[in-house]
Amino acid sequence: MSKQAETTNRTTAIHQSRPPSDARARMTRHHMIVFALIGLFVVIAPQFLYPVFVMKLLCFALFAMAFNLMLGFGGLLSFGHAAFFGGAAYAAGYAAKVWGWPPELAIAFAVLVAAVMGAAFGFLAIKSRGIYFAMITLAFAQMVYFYALQAPITGGEDGMQSIPRNALFGLVDMSGDGPFYWMVVVIFIIGVLFMYRVIHSPFGEVLKGIRENEPRMISLGYQVQRYKLLTFVISAALSGLAGGTKALVFHLASLVDVHWTMSGEVVLMTLIGGMGTIFGPIVGATVIVTMQNYLANLGSLVLIIQGAVFIVCVLTFREGIVGVIAKWLKTRL
Amino acid sequence: MKLLTGVTATIALSTGIAMAQDVSGDAVKIGAMVDMTGVYSANGGMGAVLGAEMAIEDFGGEVNGKPIELLSANYQNRVDVASNLAREWVDQEGVDMIIESTDSAAAIAIQNIGKEKDILTVAAGSASTALTNNECSPTGIHYVYDTFALATGTGNAIVKNGLTDWFFITADYAFGHSLEENTATVVKELGGNVINTVRHPFKATDYSSFILQAQSSGAQVVAFANAGTDFSTALKQASEFGVVQGGQTIAGMLVFLTDIYALGLDVAQGLTYTTGFYWDYNDETRAFAERFKERHGSMPTMIHAGFYSAVTHYLKGVEATGSDDPATVRAWMGENPINDFFAKDGYIREDGRMMHTMYLAQVKSPEESEGEDDVAKVLREIPAEEAYMPLAKSTCSLVNG
Repeated sequence: MSKQAETTNRTTAIHQSRPPSDARARMTRHHMIVFALIGLFVVIAPQFLYPVFVMKLLCFALFAMAFNLMLGFGGLLSFGHAAFFGGAAYAAGYAAKVWGWPPELAIAFAVLVAAVMGAAFGFLAIKSRGIYFAMITLAFAQMVYFYALQAPITGGEDGMQSIPRNALFGLVDMSGDGPFYWMVVVIFIIGVLFMYRVIHSPFGEVLKGIRENEPRMISLGYQVQRYKLLTFVISAALSGLAGGTKALVFHLASLVDVHWTMSGEVVLMTLIGGMGTIFGPIVGATVIVTMQNYLANLGSLVLIIQGAVFIVCVLTFREGIVGVIAKWLKTRL
Repeated sequence: MKLLTGVTATIALSTGIAMAQDVSGDAVKIGAMVDMTGVYSANGGMGAVLGAEMAIEDFGGEVNGKPIELLSANYQNRVDVASNLAREWVDQEGVDMIIESTDSAAAIAIQNIGKEKDILTVAAGSASTALTNNECSPTGIHYVYDTFALATGTGNAIVKNGLTDWFFITADYAFGHSLEENTATVVKELGGNVINTVRHPFKATDYSSFILQAQSSGAQVVAFANAGTDFSTALKQASEFGVVQGGQTIAGMLVFLTDIYALGLDVAQGLTYTTGFYWDYNDETRAFAERFKERHGSMPTMIHAGFYSAVTHYLKGVEATGSDDPATVRAWMGENPINDFFAKDGYIREDGRMMHTMYLAQVKSPEESEGEDDVAKVLREIPAEEAYMPLAKSTCSLVNG
C-alpha cells in the first residue's frame, strides 16, 4: 500500500466515527453552553455552598474525568487508579510539608510522580486486556497501598497530616480557603480544557478507534500499544493532579486515598455520570461526593440510600445521567 | 436526631453564612463525628452518639440558660468526609466542640482542625498516641484510652502474674509495631523475655503458621499485637488450634466489649486484655450500663461510656466558666478532676491526655458466665500513672517547648 493510500484510509476510518459537520457545529455549541454553565457554577458556588466542599467536588470531578479518558474513550478498565490519586496526594504532601515547596510546585511534583507511576504500571498492564488488565492494575494499586501502609514517610494509618499550603510562587498567601479556592478552580479548568483538547484531537479520535475495533486499527498501521500507553500516562498524570490538589485542600493525605475502594468509587462516578461522555464524570462525581457529604447526617442510612441510587441508575440510566440527557438532545456531551 | 439536624439546617439556611458565627453564642453546639456503617460502627457509632445524647439529657438539655444542641454525622470511615464536615460544622454551624469516635487519621485531622480554628476537640474513640505527642493540640483532649496504655497495661499485668515468656504475632504496619514495641519494653523491664516475633500482613486471612509457631515456641503468653478483623480472625484460629487449652495465655492489645460479643465466649475465653471501662465493675457503672442498654440494646463499650463522660465534663466546664471559649473551657477541664462512673479522680494533662484508671480484664469461660452480658471479669486496676506514657517521655511541643 502506498503512503498516500494509507493516509486516505486512516482519514476515512477516522471520519466514519465523526458526525456530519452541521451536527458537529451544534455539538460544539452545546459544549460551549456546558462550559459556560460550569464556569458560572464555580464562580457563584462559594456564595451558597461551603467552599471546601466545592473544592473537594472539583478534585473528584477531575479524577473521574481522568479515569473516564481511559475507560470511556480508550476502553481500558483500570481498577487501580487510587494508586495515582493517592500516590500523588502523598507526593504533594511530602513536597509541601518536608521540602516546604509552594503549592504549584508541590502539585506539579505530584503530577510528575503519578505520570511516572502511570508509565511504569501502564507499560506492563497494557500487555494484557479486559479483566486481566483490570486485575494487573489492581495488583499494582495494592502494592502502592501496602507501601503507603508501611512506609515511614506516609505516616501509616495516621496518614500524612498538617500538610501546609505555602505561599503561591512564594508570594501569595494560600493558607485561607478563600484564595485557595480560586487556585483549585484554575487547576480544574486547565484540567478540563486539556482533557477536552485531548479527546477532540486526532489522538483522541484514534483512541476511540482503538476502543471500537482494535484489530482494525492495528491493520491500519497504528501503533496501538503506544497509544494505549500514552493514554494511561495522561490519565495517571491527571489523576495525580486531582490527588495532589486534594491533599492541599484538606491538609492531609491518608490511606483512604490509595485504598482499592477509591478505585471502585471512581468507576462508579464515571458510570453514574455517563461513561464515554465528556461531562458525565463531573456529574457522577458531584452526585457521589454530595451524597457522601450531605447524607452523612442521616447516619447509618447513608449506605442504603447510596445503594438504592446506584440500582436506580443502573436500571434506568444505563448510559449514565449525561448519556441519557445527550440522547434526548440528540447530541454528544 | 433527624429532627435536630433538620432544625439546625433550617437555622443555618435562614441565618445565612455571615451570621452563623453568632449562633455559637445562642446555643452550645456539640458535634459527634462517628462511623455508623463501617468497622467502628459497633464499638463507636450510634452508641457513641447515644452516649453524648444521654449526657446532654442528664445535664438538663441546657447550660446557663442556653440550649445544648447535638449534631452527628456518619463520616463513613472517610477522612476527607470527616475533615470536610468538621470544617463545615465549625465555619457554618458554629459548633463549639467536636467529639469523635474514629480511626486515627480522622481523629488527628479533626484535632488539627480544632487547633487551626480554635475549637475544642475530644478524641474518644481513637487509639493513636500521636494525638498527645507529635500532633498534640492546646485544644485537643484524648479521653478514653491509647495504644500505650493498652499495651503496657496488659504486658505489665501479665508478667506480674508470673508469665514471663512472650511470643508476639504482630500486624505488619506502624500500629502493630508500636503495640508490640510498647508491650515488649514493659515485658523486658520486668524481667520477662520475648521468645520470638512474627509479622503478619494487614488483613491476613490465614494465621495457622503463625499460631503453630507460637504453640511450638514454648512461650507462656501468645500476644496479638493487632486489632479489628485481624484480631478476630487470629483469635478464632487460635481457638481452633486450642492455644488456651494447651496451657498458653492469649493477650489481646485492643479489645472492645463488642469484639467479645461477636467472637463468643467459646472462642474468646481466657483472653486477657486492658480496657478503660467495663460495665459490670461497680454499682455506678452498672446503673449507667442498664440505662444505656435499655435504649441501645447492648451494654456500653469504653467508647460509649467515654462519650458520656467527656461531654458531661465539657458541659460542666461551660457551666462553671460561663463561656464556650475553647481555651477557657479547656483550662477549667484541666484544673478540675473528673469524678463519675467512668473515671475516679481523672484529670487532663497539659498534652491533652485524660488520665484515669485502666482495668485488666479477662474473658470468662461459658461456665462462669451468668448471662449474655456477663462476659468478662476485672482482674486488677491499673493506676493512671502506671498505664499511660509519662509526661517526661512525651514528644508534645506543649510539654517540652
